[in-house]
Amino acid sequence: MADAQDKILLEYQVPGDDFTRAGEASADLKARLKTLGFPAASVRKAAISLYEGEINLAIHAGGGKIRVELTPARIEMWLDDEGPGIPDIALAMSEGYSTAPDEVRSLGFGAGMGLPNMKKYTDEFEIASEVGRGTHIRMAVDIGPA
Amino acid sequence: MKISDIIQILDAQLLTPQADLEREVHTACGSDMMSDVLAFVKDQSVLITGLNNPQVVRTADMMDMICIVFVRGKRPDAGILALANERGMAILCTEHTMFTACGLLYEQGLRGGVH
Repeated sequence: MADAQDKILLEYQVPGDDFTRAGEASADLKARLKTLGFPAASVRKAAISLYEGEINLAIHAGGGKIRVELTPARIEMWLDDEGPGIPDIALAMSEGYSTAPDEVRSLGFGAGMGLPNMKKYTDEFEIASEVGRGTHIRMAVDIGPA
Repeated sequence: MKISDIIQILDAQLLTPQADLEREVHTACGSDMMSDVLAFVKDQSVLITGLNNPQVVRTADMMDMICIVFVRGKRPDAGILALANERGMAILCTEHTMFTACGLLYEQGLRGGVH
């Protein structure tokens, strides 16, 4: 069913210097998924995961690139940045651990829930990071039977 | 209850006149941490917060919430209201503190979401 014809590719650039714009990509993705008729639960999972990722790109990585591939069977998302990287991924993945400065907390983020939320809401989650080089995340939401 | 009831209970001001105040709401969440809202909320329709920035609207949008109450008299700026209007959300502003606003709504039957 998911042949090339059914595939939709989307790309977003997340700015690193404008926190107020973080979330534009996930809002756009959410609207498109709704229009395309994806099930509401899958739409929400994908949108929340991408939103957390977008916030991370904006506050930690100085911006980055998002690619999304949609097929009737799954929503797959790649987030790539050239930010400072994550020294200890296992630690970063634990709920409540955050390196966000107070300034970010005052904006309502930095509770150490971003990466755990992304993993929780997706069916596949992979993260690779190199200090000084950047971080790469791939995550996917499978579309269950309607 | 309806959004119009929340306005009455909290003596709140409606900042998005186009919003549909007849929409029913059953559950709410009160938090200043948007990551927590994204982590713990399920099928809640009202967000009560003291945080005042565009990410409040974006977070509520991600969670399919339809009404945001800003407590302690915080007034969102025009950009935030525009984001909410695009999404058909109701934005309310009350002078009550977070604790009191939540208590008043709970007393009238509004509940937290089911985890």
